[in-house]
Amino acid sequence: MRLGGLALKKKMNWIVQYLWLIPALPLVAAGIIAVNKQPQRKLAASLAIGSMAVGFLLSLCAFAATLHHGEGVFREVYSFPWIKFGGQWMDIGWVLDPLTAVMLMMVTFVGMLIFIFSVGYMAHDQNFMRFFCFLALFASGMLGVIIANNLFLFFVSWEIVGLTSYLLIGFWYHKPSAAAAAKKAFITTRIGDLGLLLGMVWLYAQTGTLNLYTADHTGCLEASALSQMATHVTIGGLGVTTAIGLLIFLGAVGKSGQVPLHVWLPDAMEGPTPVSALIHAATMVAAGVFLVARVYPLMSFGAPLTEHGASVTTALTVVTWVGAITAIFSASIAVAQNDIKRILAYSTVSQLGYMMMGLGVGGVAVGMFHLITHAFFKALLFLGSGSVIHGCHEEQDVRKMGGLRKYMPVTFAVYGIGMLALSGFPLFFSGFWSKDEILHHAHKWPVSQIPFYLGCAGALFTAFYMTRQVALVFYGKYRGHADESSHDQSHSSHSSHSSHVAAEDGHDTPHESPAVMTVPLIILAVFAILLSVLGTPAWPWFEGYLKGEATILDWSRFGDTWVLMLVSSVIVLTGITLGVFLYGKRQRQTAEEKDVLEAAQPVVFRILQNKYYIDELYELTVIRFNAFAASFCDFLDTWIFGGAVLLVSYATLGLAWLYRLTDEYFVNLGFDTGCEALRESGGLSSKLHSGRVQTYLRVIGVALVLLILFLIWGRKA
Amino acid sequence: MTTLQICLLTSALLFATGFAGAVTRRHAILVLIGIELMLNAANLNLIAFWRFGPHPELLTGFIFVLFSMALAAAEAAVGLALVIAIYRHKKTSNLDEVRDLKG
Repeated sequence: MRLGGLALKKKMNWIVQYLWLIPALPLVAAGIIAVNKQPQRKLAASLAIGSMAVGFLLSLCAFAATLHHGEGVFREVYSFPWIKFGGQWMDIGWVLDPLTAVMLMMVTFVGMLIFIFSVGYMAHDQNFMRFFCFLALFASGMLGVIIANNLFLFFVSWEIVGLTSYLLIGFWYHKPSAAAAAKKAFITTRIGDLGLLLGMVWLYAQTGTLNLYTADHTGCLEASALSQMATHVTIGGLGVTTAIGLLIFLGAVGKSGQVPLHVWLPDAMEGPTPVSALIHAATMVAAGVFLVARVYPLMSFGAPLTEHGASVTTALTVVTWVGAITAIFSASIAVAQNDIKRILAYSTVSQLGYMMMGLGVGGVAVGMFHLITHAFFKALLFLGSGSVIHGCHEEQDVRKMGGLRKYMPVTFAVYGIGMLALSGFPLFFSGFWSKDEILHHAHKWPVSQIPFYLGCAGALFTAFYMTRQVALVFYGKYRGHADESSHDQSHSSHSSHSSHVAAEDGHDTPHESPAVMTVPLIILAVFAILLSVLGTPAWPWFEGYLKGEATILDWSRFGDTWVLMLVSSVIVLTGITLGVFLYGKRQRQTAEEKDVLEAAQPVVFRILQNKYYIDELYELTVIRFNAFAASFCDFLDTWIFGGAVLLVSYATLGLAWLYRLTDEYFVNLGFDTGCEALRESGGLSSKLHSGRVQTYLRVIGVALVLLILFLIWGRKA
Repeated sequence: MTTLQICLLTSALLFATGFAGAVTRRHAILVLIGIELMLNAANLNLIAFWRFGPHPELLTGFIFVLFSMALAAAEAAVGLALVIAIYRHKKTSNLDEVRDLKG
């Protein structure tokens, strides 16, 4: 027994020490792919997938390590001094705790499946190597964000994630819409990152350390540092912990697409579908939620726990409200969208709102459970949509699809599972359990019931628009133009897939995707169902794991929650029925037909379709102001700074001209004149030499007389 | 007028004559003659001061004049050699025409 215990202890230290390998391997893979001159697709794909697979195995070891601990939350830290910074050493390190382990497993597993999917999806693209390089780089950044124990390392990895998101959204950069979308994504998340940076710097200033957790409990997220900060108050009477928490939340708002910084996510659908699945559904946008979960001790500090294990503080209240508003806002927009990926994008924004709301009302476990389940079924939905797009020859408008059930049965089956999970169909699907946890805690929230009602309304909308989407895509009659005109259309819309279209000339109808694309879909679908086991009220294993407690199977807990479960089931079924009724039964016949809702309420529909005109609002205010500021800076640069430089240069020119003048006239002329005078005097002097001896003698005689006169009479004076 | 003064006056007259001759004559030999005259005038001066000076019994002045005469002879020889050299080069003994060093 003792030996076993010792062996386990050693194993824990082993994996914590080698945790850095998990992000390092994809980074190395990205580096190797980047330096390859000729495209070596098999090598690139196998390196990327292999690094993620090894990362997944290591994550499993890490997870196993966190399970073996006894009481309390398992948390092991590994840091080492890295750089001397103003007189003291700055550490870099990573932490292994349940939150980390769970995220690591999810990211590596889902990432691996998406990489495998991309092998099939991007097979006809010329820039295969570049794609996998960026994907691997993104994976390393994301994994770095997860394990980072140090604010500096966290920020560096966060920025890598932002950078690769930009690179991947703008992957087909010759499309102006893609380039613009990439720029928009980067700039919008940058605004959030500013808040994150300010919050981090402030936190460092307050606590004096960049480490989140340390072995001797001096980290900036630990109780000693937080209680030290609790007494400080900043402007407006706001507590320092609240202010820092809100600033850090700003970073999460940008990265996770909460209102008002949500505008980049739908445009980010310009990137290839695996990118949308990985970055903008499962992982990167989840990084914002993960950030809030990570700094939860900071955000929840000071408030007593309610009886449901969640604290109520100002910061968390803000988080909840932002999440609730985002959830209902984007769910309503998704109802009126016609692009298959846009519907899913707005759905993602909405679900991220749910996660934030869950974190705010219920704590880390509630939000994170929804994050994990969402990652699987949203990745499934995106990859499924990618399969649909691939099969319809790059058509993305749902009005031009229909009846694909016959042509793509596997895709239809897994997409259906994803749709039911997202809507929260009762009992079998993980989405139901995770969303129910959030609604349960929202109902118990002491501050206000409005987030709960917003959440319920959002669930109704979610069920409705997902049913609408499935009905329009998979049921009814095929409305696409799978003939010459569609070939022209797809030629113009995705020129990088032109070779693919040319090869598909023989296919007039939509077709199922190859196995390399459908097998990951099936695996994801299985998990979308199985994950529900982790978070049912009867056996809340997930919550217990994150808190470090043991969980026991207790069926009686259903007694508390069955009312809410019934209510949410009713909401979901209502939504689905509405969708079936409006879109399933009365199928549209042609692609150009008006949408049922559009015909009924054209004004409302138009507003929803145009995303509440938020983009236009930003264009008029922020972008205009930015353009004005830029032109003002240009004016400053050209006239004032440039003018100053010009003045200096003219002054120098003037001085130079003056010097030349002086040199020319004073120096040269003076010198020349002097020399002339000298020469003339020399000439004069030489005239004294007559060459005649007599002259010389006469001079000697005269001089002699003068000398005698001087000697005789001059002396007296 | 003492005898000394008469001797000095004589030597001065001789010196002036010699100087005038050296300075105004065209022919080179005549210039040399003038120089000789000047030298002899100086010798006369020396003898006068010896004869009417403090120690006429010593032979100091006499020997001095003897040396001076020897020098005069040597210098005359050198002068004549110079004149012959110039004559060989310039084919003239007219000093007005020897103006190579004119500046």
